[in-house]
Amino acid sequence: MADKKGILIIGEHQDGNLKKITRELLSKGRALAADLGEETAVLFVGQGLADLAAEAGRFGADTVWLADDAGLATYSTEAYTQVVTTAVRAAQPRLVLWGATAFGRDLAPRVATRLGVSLVSECTGAELPDGGSVEFVRPVYAGKAYQRVVAGGPIQMATVRPNAFAAAEADSPKSPATKSVAAEVGQIRAQVLDVVKTVSSRPELTEAEVIVSGGRGLKGPEHFELVDKLADVLGAATGASRAAVDAGWRPHSHQVGQTGKVVSPTLYIALGISGAIQHLAGMGTSKFIVAVNKDPDAPIFKVASYGIVGDVFDVAPIMIEEFQKAKEA
Amino acid sequence: MNIVVCIKQVPDTASKITLKDGQVSKEGMTFIMSPYDEFALEEALKIKEGLGAGSVTAVTLGPDSAEEVLRSALAMGADQAIHIKDDAFAAADSLGVGRALAAAIKPLNPDLVFCGMKAVDSDAAQVGGVLAELLDLPQALAVTKVEVGDGKLTVNREIEGGSEVLEVQLPCLLTAQKGLNEPRYPSFAGIMKAKKKPLEVKSAADLGLGGDDWGGGAQITEVFLPPPRQAGKVLEGEPADAVKELVRLLREEAKVL
Repeated sequence: MADKKGILIIGEHQDGNLKKITRELLSKGRALAADLGEETAVLFVGQGLADLAAEAGRFGADTVWLADDAGLATYSTEAYTQVVTTAVRAAQPRLVLWGATAFGRDLAPRVATRLGVSLVSECTGAELPDGGSVEFVRPVYAGKAYQRVVAGGPIQMATVRPNAFAAAEADSPKSPATKSVAAEVGQIRAQVLDVVKTVSSRPELTEAEVIVSGGRGLKGPEHFELVDKLADVLGAATGASRAAVDAGWRPHSHQVGQTGKVVSPTLYIALGISGAIQHLAGMGTSKFIVAVNKDPDAPIFKVASYGIVGDVFDVAPIMIEEFQKAKEA
Repeated sequence: MNIVVCIKQVPDTASKITLKDGQVSKEGMTFIMSPYDEFALEEALKIKEGLGAGSVTAVTLGPDSAEEVLRSALAMGADQAIHIKDDAFAAADSLGVGRALAAAIKPLNPDLVFCGMKAVDSDAAQVGGVLAELLDLPQALAVTKVEVGDGKLTVNREIEGGSEVLEVQLPCLLTAQKGLNEPRYPSFAGIMKAKKKPLEVKSAADLGLGGDDWGGGAQITEVFLPPPRQAGKVLEGEPADAVKELVRLLREEAKVL
């Protein structure tokens, strides 16, 4: 392990900018690298990437690796696995960090397996004990328990959940050195034909700072209008309980809980959600929880920072009005 | 089509988690097939039924009790089952589990390998990708729709804020996301038939595994419970007053508005 140095972030980008998860990983990565007295690097794969280096530098990257090729313009598991593996072999880092995103979840297990190393996935914390290997904290049972894991092997590799680390620019921006990675596209047996974006002005559920969720207490899909309106006022993402999803009121991709998304926003507002154990597991690490439910014994009140016992149909319209006023004030 | 489905026995998602001797206590727990594996199995059965030909093999890795999920799979309609069982697997990480599954699956020469997108106990979401790499198969993870074509599948997979449509050549590996289907319940006739279907047990030695095949070196040094969340304030009074107080607290105390 002695010859492996530095931290490599596997970057994600969109429309010429770093994705939020990559800013978060660079921010954490440079803090760990500073403790180690080593450097932080970031890899981007795609086409037309040259402009990413400056932003990466602002977030503290010393080196930017680019696999910039027309053949990589469209994502492909097979091509990207090969390119990232090549980059990791070239960079020889001690630690590789990925986002626990659709991208990282798709690629990291394959790259780790190709390199013959363990992957510590879905982490929410990383610490560096004196002179040791990085220790990761990861939730299991959707956060009902946690594991502390030391990533062994010659290269430590982990995926980290969005919102686990704060994104902050470095005190002084760097002018990173750029290095290129050979783009060996190879055989593609799984071809992306189309990317269908859900038309939404709202933030992505797993990345959102504020989430408004609704449950069975809303009594029907038409009343999710209350959730949507409140979310619009707050610039929030919208979620739903399993009961609401299983009833067909909301799409599966909105479900928060052990069989849905695990989220950790600053503010989670639960409207008409009783708080089944599998739901609490999925949102229990939210910084502040607001619950509105007419049942004073609902389990959600046991975790709520602020609770209002009342009919959601009375309370939610007032919330929309008051939050709107607060925003304008 | 020759389809293999990987399934795992996990604690019911309604289970409360407690610790005993520094490990998650399994005492008094109810166990189920991990929900995402049920979606994978249901889709495999639907594909076989749609084609009117083929076979579905359910594979699990786990202790004696894991036989229950294989029996459930056979009762739902799987044709045969493989139980990978060896104390040595207790130490396996995702890479080790992938190696064991790959060793059991490779001789079956499947057209399609289907897993759940994650198991709801370890939440690692890794085995699908590890297995695809070890079997050198193309993959589509977290699929919500599968259409069978000639020598290929067209699938939708969930990504942030939308979905990808992929064309995947067979043989391939898929993992199932919620929304793919509604799993069936085993019928009484299915349960009776399941008792006569073949269920093979394989040890590490049977699969030619040993030594350091159990993983890549990650070590769990501690398991702990999150600190219990303190209940906060219940805001009393008329809805209008309670909401005004809420706005004040979020602004002044929580500082999130």
